Amino acid sequence: MRGLLLILLFLAAPLQAEEVVLGLSQDQVSISTNFDGSEIIIYGAIKREAPIPQDQPLQVIVTISGPQEPITVRRKDRVVGIWVNTDAMDVSAAPSFYAIATSAPWADVVNEADDLRHTISIPRRIRSIGAWSQVANPQEFIDALVRIRMDNGLYVLDEGAVDLRESTLFNAAIQMPTNLTEGEYATRVFLTRGGKVVSVYETSIDVRKVGLERWLFNLSRQQPLAYGLLSLAIAIAAGWGASAAFRLLRSG
Amino acid sequence: MQIYLPIAEVSVNAFLLLGLGGMVGVLSGMFGVGGGFLMTPLLFFIGIPPAVAVATEANQIVASSFSGVLAHLRRKTVDLKMGTVLLVGGLLGAALGVWVFNYLKSLGQVDLLVKLCYVLFLGIIGSLMFVESLNAIRKTRSGVAPKRKKHNWIHGLPFKMRFRTSGLYISVIPPVIVGILVGILAAIMGVGGGFIMVPAMIYLLGMPTKVVVGTSLFQIIFVTGFTTLLHATTNYTVDIVLAVLLLIGGVVGAQIGTVIGAKLKAEQLRILLAIMVLAVCGKLALDLLLQPSELFSIGTGGGH
Repeated sequence: MRGLLLILLFLAAPLQAEEVVLGLSQDQVSISTNFDGSEIIIYGAIKREAPIPQDQPLQVIVTISGPQEPITVRRKDRVVGIWVNTDAMDVSAAPSFYAIATSAPWADVVNEADDLRHTISIPRRIRSIGAWSQVANPQEFIDALVRIRMDNGLYVLDEGAVDLRESTLFNAAIQMPTNLTEGEYATRVFLTRGGKVVSVYETSIDVRKVGLERWLFNLSRQQPLAYGLLSLAIAIAAGWGASAAFRLLRSG
Repeated sequence: MQIYLPIAEVSVNAFLLLGLGGMVGVLSGMFGVGGGFLMTPLLFFIGIPPAVAVATEANQIVASSFSGVLAHLRRKTVDLKMGTVLLVGGLLGAALGVWVFNYLKSLGQVDLLVKLCYVLFLGIIGSLMFVESLNAIRKTRSGVAPKRKKHNWIHGLPFKMRFRTSGLYISVIPPVIVGILVGILAAIMGVGGGFIMVPAMIYLLGMPTKVVVGTSLFQIIFVTGFTTLLHATTNYTVDIVLAVLLLIGGVVGAQIGTVIGAKLKAEQLRILLAIMVLAVCGKLALDLLLQPSELFSIGTGGGH
């Protein structure tokens, strides 16, 4: 038994020497007026000083996470014949977008303990402190949150989407949805062996509104009155324009 | 063609929005309703966040009502005097309504209240109008001339004023009260209030149907304009790109709607509006009564 441990320790030492060298197809996503989603290609190589350990296959997990934000999950229930929101649970932080791509089925790439430590899987990314004091069964609410966002394509778990060659080169394509919010998108690459995380690499993708989108957004926050008046002016002008155009059409 | 909305932060099809705007614009021009009670649920459905949908919808209604009112002004079917009196009441009511809304919000369950309000008012107004206009149509068919002017207790009140365009000589008290009540409801329900105002003008004030539409649109412009500014400065939820797309469709639709409305008989116009109001009411009632497929919903954080 002790001998086995020693062998494991010996094996573990060179494992840490495996490092990720990463490339991104783009480290910035610009949201312009005609933005309709974006595909980020993540590619990289694994740098190591020792020969490739042969005991357990190397696996790769790539995650992209949108900004964390607080949200409220509500549940409807039947009260005197009608369906109304009865229970609500505040989730202190959940990513607006979260995509995971792995090189093998989930069960083979990471174990429970390391998932918890590095907050890799979707439910682990959702922080719900104090949830027990709000509802009787918080897990049901978290499950619902994950289910709804997965249906909307905001949370994605794509097993086998990372293409790994010779335990050295990998690449993955992650689709960013059309309803993207602004912010820093944390991008992480995990290397695992036998379910254990052996190396982590972190970087970020900057998602920004540009051009007209940027200008309008800033105006609405910095000079809301001017923005409101501008909206009204456009509305009145359009109303008058259509009316005048129709009069011309009918008389001419 | 996909277009990204800067405030709503979603990407949607531009032609879909133009089409929706046009459809609601036609109804607006025909019936003198802003169309908010139809458009807002449709916007929720295509994935616009509710807060943005409600605020932007107000802005779009300004455009389509303005377009519609110009067409009515040319045909001299707007009672400016009556509109102003209603508006005074309406703005008072809106301020009162916002206060009531915030009070109810502090108690929770404001969503439910709004929905129940919709079902109740749409149901009552829709059925009353439906029965009334059906009777009117039957009477015209059988050749009996409909009674135009009814003298009731309303005509005994003081502060009488002559409303030439409507052909009325009545006290200003009932129009101001109608304005206040509609203003309160409009603020709570987040709409211009046309679908309550129109029946109130026909049945409570006894105004001729043709004048009612233009006058309703006239006062809706101001109420929704006020709402737009309020939303833009307090919640930052007016999406100008979304509004432009909706209102391009809306203003064109409103012009078409006015032409269609002018060709229909008053009773037919009323019965169509009644059917539409009842349909929306039925849909909302079903939503409350049937078990939804997804019991959970996600809202923005901070307080519930």
